[in-house]
Amino acid sequence: MSKFKTKKTKGQAAINTSSLPDIIFMLLFFFMVTTVMREVTLKVKVKLPSATEVQKLEKKALVSYIYIGPPTNTMFGTESRIQLNDQFARVRDIPEFIAREREARNEADRGFITTSLKVHYETKMGVVTDVKQEMRKSGAFRINYSTLKAQPTAAR
Amino acid sequence: MARRATPEINAGSMADIAFLLLIFFLVTTTMDVDTGIIRRLPPPVETPEDIKIKERNVMNVLVNKNDRLLVNGRPGDIRTLKDEAKKFMTPVVPDNPSYPETEVKSIPLMGDIHTSKGVISLKNDRGTSYDIYIRVQNELARAFNELRDELSLRYFGVRFSSLTNEDQIKAINEAVPIRISEAEPENIGDN
Repeated sequence: MSKFKTKKTKGQAAINTSSLPDIIFMLLFFFMVTTVMREVTLKVKVKLPSATEVQKLEKKALVSYIYIGPPTNTMFGTESRIQLNDQFARVRDIPEFIAREREARNEADRGFITTSLKVHYETKMGVVTDVKQEMRKSGAFRINYSTLKAQPTAAR
Repeated sequence: MARRATPEINAGSMADIAFLLLIFFLVTTTMDVDTGIIRRLPPPVETPEDIKIKERNVMNVLVNKNDRLLVNGRPGDIRTLKDEAKKFMTPVVPDNPSYPETEVKSIPLMGDIHTSKGVISLKNDRGTSYDIYIRVQNELARAFNELRDELSLRYFGVRFSSLTNEDQIKAINEAVPIRISEAEPENIGDN
């Protein structure tokens, strides 16, 4: 028996992986809780403008979205189009959309529905104004111009 | 019955199953917090009537289809718009005809204070780009927010955004209401 052991290859000791599932589950639960499923497939390109004075939109269940932007598929032209739910729509379809959104909500919450406009930054205001007029006529007064949050110091 | 050792379930693949689920949620997650400028639209009017507001109480902001600004009849700049709006909306005492009228409101928690009767009127063309529209809205919102911050700091010692007391928020809201009026759209010329 020698005092100094000659290093023998004893084989790598196996790392105990029995807690790996627990770690993964922890991550899994985190993502499950924070997940909001994408509500629609976008057919229009929406690159939002940025603003500094933004507010957080609360109660996501009470928000309905209207997308406006140039179609992603250039087959449909480059002019900005409106998308409601999963399809292209026209300005005159908006009252029906708003009525449906209202129908889908709890009666007590109907007064608090916010309509969020997600508009491509290059869109002309004409179509946005038309949409706003329709919203006013349908009684959807709470509006949110969706923007990205910019840092106040950012030079414009 | 003879006691048998319960066979251990092989949990080695548990991680794989969890991974699969994890990847699914990773892919479907959108973690964007929706932020934006929240406004209230006015109820519709059948025939837009001229509401008589004294000219000194209105600051006109026009944005044309080339995204150029006209502020009170003079060409404006987006960079100075915030300061102009703020100067306009700050109540001026004693009365000065080149600034909007003021009125004394008694607001709970703040007492009698002067508030401006000014209104900012925003009008844009159908050809205006959404980007500039949002930037104008943003600058105007900034003006109001700064006024609110100043008042909040003076009376309650904290910025408006860090106020938590409902009554204090209400008081500030009443003292500095966001008065941006958007003109009824008109169709002018071709776009």
